[in-house]
Amino acid sequence: MQGFGAVAHSPAESAFPDRWQATARALMEVVAGAVEASGGEFRHSIERMDPGHYLTSSYYEHWLTGAATLAVEHGLVTHAELEARAGGRFPLSGPALAPPVADAGPDAGEPRFGVGDRVRVRDWHPPGHTRCPGYVRGKAGTVVRVDGTHSVPDIEAHGTARRYEPTYSVRFDAAGLWHDGQRGVTVHVDLWDSYLEPA
Amino acid sequence: MSEGGHHPAPLSPVERRVAALEALLTERGLVPAGFIEEITRRYESEIGPLNGAKVVARAWVDPGYKERLLTDGTAAIAELGFGGPEGDHMVVVENTPAVHNVIVCTLCSCYPWPVLGLPPSWYKDPPYRARMVREPRSLLAEMGCPLPGDVEIRVWDSSAEVRYLVLPQRPPGTGGMTEAELAGLVTRDSMIGVARL
Repeated sequence: MQGFGAVAHSPAESAFPDRWQATARALMEVVAGAVEASGGEFRHSIERMDPGHYLTSSYYEHWLTGAATLAVEHGLVTHAELEARAGGRFPLSGPALAPPVADAGPDAGEPRFGVGDRVRVRDWHPPGHTRCPGYVRGKAGTVVRVDGTHSVPDIEAHGTARRYEPTYSVRFDAAGLWHDGQRGVTVHVDLWDSYLEPA
Repeated sequence: MSEGGHHPAPLSPVERRVAALEALLTERGLVPAGFIEEITRRYESEIGPLNGAKVVARAWVDPGYKERLLTDGTAAIAELGFGGPEGDHMVVVENTPAVHNVIVCTLCSCYPWPVLGLPPSWYKDPPYRARMVREPRSLLAEMGCPLPGDVEIRVWDSSAEVRYLVLPQRPPGTGGMTEAELAGLVTRDSMIGVARL
């Protein structure tokens, strides 16, 4: 999380500076619709890119790579067809980082926590997709909002099983997140129920 | 080969890959006619920060609307006809003289499409995503939004299904302006929270 440089801020820009970017976006929608990919499966298809490729390619090249990976994995096209048609290499993302979940367990319907409750984020390292940011793992915070129940990304990214849990907005003081956290700063992170334990 | 200097630029490697996937999916009947043009049109001209600006201006002139907006953002935004993917669970956070809000997605690039359009490049890049939670006060100053030390900064990481919109403070000296004129003052950056008006 550290050592990143300046933010290349621009006041306005067009949605698709190049035509291929719009096409890549549309093709991801085509593939995700055809294979009924969940949001978790879509995001994981990009997370599984080779890190060197990910860091040296643009946003919509990520989408293209994810779309092509899902298309191959779900049998819409083959990798050989893609490379033959492209006239060169067509790098895809690596294999899923966790096996499909066979039994997602029961939904957690009722929120375990309420506004004002102190909670701690579980300090664990799931092998596959997750929406639990690393920088809050093991940290304690306060629930500021209870949202509806939503499908757990860690499960939906790896197969057809689903589990629904409440999500919460949890407030963390910057001083508790970073050794040099800035004064007067709070960071709010939205977290699924199973990411949390009582503090 | 062509005459008159109209040599088309050769396709870049990524363009060749896009064309390959498009051709194969089209041959399999998976790309509806006009779909790519429709996606382009939708994100280039239908959705964008003008929608969010209308929401903000309405909240500035209509206290009842503002209350509904802060209570149930999704429903209040739908009153103005805006909604859809990445806007199904909206939370609006209000700036005050004492509190400044700013939104980020540290995990990818989640952003409230129906009211702000697609995210700008810098919002999707690692420096913004890392530094806005790590050192928001310095990053905001660097981006042209210095805040007094006694203003609390609330950073909202869009890490689950909720998408956020910042309700900026109404600028002073705008008492005589119409709602439409006010909407013209509201910038994309002010609704992300990297600028004040």
